[in-house]
Amino acid sequence: MSHAIQERPVSVAPRRGPLSHARLPRWTPAAVAAFSIAAGIGIGLAAGWHSKVQWGMLAALLFVLTTYAVTTKVEGARQAKDRVATSLVWVCFVLAVVPLLSLAWVTISKGMAVLDVYFLTHSMNGVLDTEAGGGVYHALLGTIEQVGIATLIAAPIGLLTAVYLVEYGGGKLAQAVTFFVDVMTGIPSIVAGLFILATWNLMLGFGPSGFAGAMALAILMMPVVVRSTEEMLKLVPNELREASLALGIPKWRTILKVVLPTAIGGITTGVMLAVARITGETAPVLLLVFGTKLINPNPFEGAQSSLPLYVYEQYAVGTDASVARAWAAALVLIAFVMILNLVARGIARWKAPKTGR
Amino acid sequence: MAKRIDVSGLSAFYGAHKAIDDISMTVEPRSVTAFIGPSGCGKSTFLRTLNRMHEVTPGGRVEGKVMLDDENLYGSNVDPVAVRRTVGMVFQRPNPFPTMSIFDNVAAGLRLNGKYKKSALNDIVEKSLKGANLWNEVKDRLNKPGSGLSGGQQQRLCIARAIAVEPDVLLMDEPCSALDPISTLAIEDLIGELKERFTIVIVTHNMQQAARVSDRTAFFNLAAVGQPGKLIELDDTERIFSNPSVQATEDYISGRFG
Repeated sequence: MSHAIQERPVSVAPRRGPLSHARLPRWTPAAVAAFSIAAGIGIGLAAGWHSKVQWGMLAALLFVLTTYAVTTKVEGARQAKDRVATSLVWVCFVLAVVPLLSLAWVTISKGMAVLDVYFLTHSMNGVLDTEAGGGVYHALLGTIEQVGIATLIAAPIGLLTAVYLVEYGGGKLAQAVTFFVDVMTGIPSIVAGLFILATWNLMLGFGPSGFAGAMALAILMMPVVVRSTEEMLKLVPNELREASLALGIPKWRTILKVVLPTAIGGITTGVMLAVARITGETAPVLLLVFGTKLINPNPFEGAQSSLPLYVYEQYAVGTDASVARAWAAALVLIAFVMILNLVARGIARWKAPKTGR
Repeated sequence: MAKRIDVSGLSAFYGAHKAIDDISMTVEPRSVTAFIGPSGCGKSTFLRTLNRMHEVTPGGRVEGKVMLDDENLYGSNVDPVAVRRTVGMVFQRPNPFPTMSIFDNVAAGLRLNGKYKKSALNDIVEKSLKGANLWNEVKDRLNKPGSGLSGGQQQRLCIARAIAVEPDVLLMDEPCSALDPISTLAIEDLIGELKERFTIVIVTHNMQQAARVSDRTAFFNLAAVGQPGKLIELDDTERIFSNPSVQATEDYISGRFG
């Protein structure tokens, strides 16, 4: 039988059965996209539209419509719906990526102007905000210290709360904790800042410090850590817990040595996302850390600065030099968060359960 | 080391629902006892009451007595963790710890209990893997992850892990239901060897398997869905499969119902 199949002449066109129909070649979507973009630009130029956004919208619309028209003609109505859905997904993807890329592009192109080693290693001490010079070192140091302390406070508490909720909770208390964690997720950062201002600074009489800011950031970070860790712990199969318990391993050791290591990749990612979220917070820092032009390495006493605060201050001054510094600091901030993310991904990949043979 | 299990008047509950009702039986040391019966009749639940794993399930509760030689597992001062060290368990689906290597999986019970000598660990792991007929297949890749093994190998790894802590009793909850016939045969042979050292209780849906591996067989049944499961009879496997004393057992074994 197989012999007969091999001997069949190749040149004969495949017979049309009830299951086959005309298909568009594989490069069709690409061609339609190219045509739509070209048409979008052409019509935009001809009509004299200034906004490139209009060109893009037109191209996207043309892409979906042309896909539908071409597919209906060649492949039929059901295929056309399929292709339209696919092309809509593509259009949405592009719509989501364009602002992201343009943001990265603008920040990099404007931020590179003054970003150099000098900028990273010097403070604004003795530099007028309106003039060129100075750097971001004090703000970078402040951000690292404040975020570090906030993480040291929030990550263990958040982690243990999640462990309680998943491994021990189940009653009314766990429901209440879950509810309040959800409420806390929605706390505006300025409210967290005001809370610390009212208790730590006004009631207890401490001055502005990096630590006060870190406490407010910890409040913002905790619910995010609890939520993500909870989800990760729920993903750990119950069989693993039972296997461990059946070996006569106590529950706390089971959690520590079996459950947490299995979920550690996801937990790290969650913590890092929470860190990324609080790194860009300005409001509580403005209230509690106060801002300074000087290098203050002690987070427990005296005003510090931080990157988002620095960006805000420099942009508010409004001269060319200060705006350039603001962009450069924004770039440093993005790079800082990105490096943290990369580190987190590295840890997640390194620690994730291995399946290789 | 193998111990006798003596169950009397045991009922288990999930919340308000009674899953098994008033079971009494004796499991002889150094023998294989098989539990058979339709789904939902409480075989697995009963098995899990024998090492206090039942109460791990939320709402799980037990009434009655389980004597291991002369100690009641449900006595007021008994530590469930200590019980589970004495009564090991193998589950239906192979569940090696995904973060651990083959070696670490077998050593897990000892390491995480903190009771071992470092020098003895290698020997114990080798002995356990040999005991589970897995040593020759994995001796060159002890540091590879346990989840990279085939299903049958993973299940034998889990058996090795369970016997590494030297329990007195080994409970097996349908250990072959996720495996192919060849792996099943390997595990059945293994059960035959392990009964020299352990008291073995095995839940199975496969009646040929029960007939092949067990010395005694217990038949469980339930009156209707939602009713608690009951022990219908426990006898020598040969008798259960040739001439059971209860009609329901014969109906179940020969495939006739109602």
